[in-house]
Formats: sequence, C-alpha cells, structure tokens
Amino acid sequence: MFANIARVLAQSSKKCLPLVRSKHSLPDLPYDFNALEPVISAEIMQVHHQKHHATYVNNLNVAEEKLFEAKQRGSVSDQIALTSALKFNGGGHINHSIFWTILCKDGTSEPEGELAEAIKRDFGSYQRMVDLLVATSTGIQGSGWGWLGYNKQLNRLDIVACANQDPLQATTGLHPLFGIDVWEHAYYLQYKNARPDYVKSIFKIANWRKVEELFGKARHD
Amino acid sequence: MSFQLPPLPYDYQVLEPFVDKETMNLHHTKHHQTYVNNLNGATKDSDIVAICQNIKNYPVAVRNNGGGHYNHSLFWKWMAPVGSSNVAPTGTLKEKIEATFGSVDEMKKKFTDAALTRFGSGWAWLGVQKDGSLAISSTANQDNPLMAGVADVEMIPILGLDVWEHAYYLKYQNRRAEYIQQWWNVVNWDEVVKYYDNFASKNNPVPINQ
Repeated sequence: MFANIARVLAQSSKKCLPLVRSKHSLPDLPYDFNALEPVISAEIMQVHHQKHHATYVNNLNVAEEKLFEAKQRGSVSDQIALTSALKFNGGGHINHSIFWTILCKDGTSEPEGELAEAIKRDFGSYQRMVDLLVATSTGIQGSGWGWLGYNKQLNRLDIVACANQDPLQATTGLHPLFGIDVWEHAYYLQYKNARPDYVKSIFKIANWRKVEELFGKARHD
Repeated sequence: MSFQLPPLPYDYQVLEPFVDKETMNLHHTKHHQTYVNNLNGATKDSDIVAICQNIKNYPVAVRNNGGGHYNHSLFWKWMAPVGSSNVAPTGTLKEKIEATFGSVDEMKKKFTDAALTRFGSGWAWLGVQKDGSLAISSTANQDNPLMAGVADVEMIPILGLDVWEHAYYLKYQNRRAEYIQQWWNVVNWDEVVKYYDNFASKNNPVPINQ
C-alpha cells in the first residue's frame, strides 16, 4: 500500500514544477564555430558562446536563486537590489539566444513574404532598412545592440539601439527580429576597432528565414 | 587650436606582459586618435577640463569624444614600465589612502571591485572630492568624474582604469578580473602622487599635456 502511495506522490510531484526550480542552460549553437567564417571567426564564436553567453547564463541562475531566497525571506529591498543583475544577465541570455539563430552559414536570400512587404512599407526598401540598421548599430556609444523590431500596437517595424544587454522587448515593447551585437567582444579579435566593417558584413550571414518566422510569430500569436 | 593625440611616454611593448603591445598600439593610434578627430569635429572650444566640467552644455558627441580624449591622455601617464616608478603610493597620498581605506591593499580591492562591477563599457576611478576626501567610483562609457551632473560621484580623478573591452580583449578576452589584477603591476604611482600633490589636493583637475 505504501509503495502505491509513494508512487502516486512521485508521479504527481512531477507535475508540480515549482517544487524544483529549473535553471537556465546555455543553448547549443545551431552550427559549428567556424560556420560563420569569414564574416565572424571561429575564435570569436567560441569565446562569445562558451565564455560570454555561458557567463550570462550562470550569473542569471545565481541572481534568480538569490531572488527566490530574498522572496522567501520576505525582503523586498533585497529583491530590488537584484534588478541590475537580472537585467544584465537575463538580457544577455535573451539577446544571445536570439542572436545565434538569426545568423547562418553564408546567409540566406533577402527577406520575403510578409516581412519583405513590411520592410518596403516602413523603410522604403530592404537596402534603406539595412543602411539605417548599420548606422544605428555603428553609432552606439560603448556596448549595446542594434535591433530591427516589431511594434505590434502600431503594426510597424522599427530600428532602435539598446544599451548594454538591455533586452529589446522588456525595454521598448518591440518584438526582437534581427539584432546586431556591437559589444567589442563580438568583433574585436577579428575587426579590432573597425566596427563598421563588422556591422556591414553581418548581413552576409543573416538568416532571414528565421527572422520571417519571428515576425510571423510576433504578428499572429 | 585643435586637440592633438599626445605621444605615448614609452614604446608600445614596454608594459608587456601585463598590457600587450598590440593593444597599446591599437588603443593609442586608433581608439584615442578617433576620439581626438571626432572631438575636433564636434567643438571649437579648447579647454578640455572646462568642457568636462560643463559637459551638460555640450552635445553628446563632445561628451563621448571629449571624455575619451581626457581619459586616455591621462591613462597613458597612469601607466609605466615595471621598475620605472615606485610600486606603491608614497607621502601624503599614501597617508590619505590609509586613513580612508585602511590600507593601500584595501583601496586596491575597492578599486578592483568598481572596475569589475561596471557592466558594459566604462572606467574605474580613484579621486579627490570637493571636501578633500578620497573616493572610488566607476562611470559608463567615456564619462569621467569631472562631469558635473553626469557622474554619480563628482571628484578630481587621480587614477583611472579603462575597462572597455578594447583595453584588454586581445590578451585577456572575457577575463576582465585577470586584466585588472595584472594592470596593478604597471600603475605609475609616482605620477599619481604628483597628480595628488600638485593638482587634486588643491582642488584643481589634472591638466593634460602637462
């Protein structure tokens, strides 16, 4: 009898996810480290993924653990003190998780379908959208990201810059579609201070099929 | 009279192995040079200290590039090859550090912490506040503690550390902690003491090109 009770309890506890706090994990790259050469070197991809992104994941887990403990202790002040760590590391995890998927070996053909229509409508042409995203990303002072995003309320594409690891959607409300990491770690080993060269080249490895998918989800979900 | 890139007081390789030759070269001839060029394009004013102190009156291009020019001009002087300077602060500054932080090591710990916890690009600083007391802080991007209304802690910087990734990435990659630890080996304490004695302790910002 007790064995039966134990088994029922074990089975039902699996459905109660909050009993076990899940941790974030580093997503695998959808390709080998050298897949994005010559635009982004294998060395950069390896350090960027295995060190920088991994550190955001680890630190996010630490911050969330501390947040849980602070909540359990009933300390609002301690929860608030963790805001920066959550934004830095949570943002870093969100941003990089998107970044790996919107790049691919040799890139794809230019945007098609609904996304192509939206780009034409909101920027005039694909090239003008690219020019604006290049200028925005290149012009970021210090560390940050340039984003092509979707404003669902206005049904409009927009291009904005975010500082540091500020995540696009939480900061601006825009749905992230295509982002360019312009932290120096994203390009320095290969491009040194020539950020414009890196930013312009990244369009050679853009995975517009993925971006179309993200756009579709943002529009219709 | 436009701003000029100051020459490095030493060759690019002399801070090895702590700061590598290629970084020093790029940092000076590309990054700092770009700040100088952009600053000249952004303002006709020529008193960089006054610009920093009144930064709210200037457009963002002046804040970024004026800060960059001031900060880097001193940065080259805050470093020196091993053996060419005392390995620790001396005189009144040493006493002041001990009185404020307990010891030089404690000051270095706090400074290191400020450098480590500055997320993204920026600088860590040791400086003298209006009331003469020492403080440690960090700023984002190319801001510096002279920038009234911008810096959290307004003070006259006498020592600063660049923690933009370009300052350490070629050699250290993401290992900023290791870069900071190694950088202490090349701090030019004699120059820092001079800046305290001759300028900051008299409530004057350290001029560049001196």
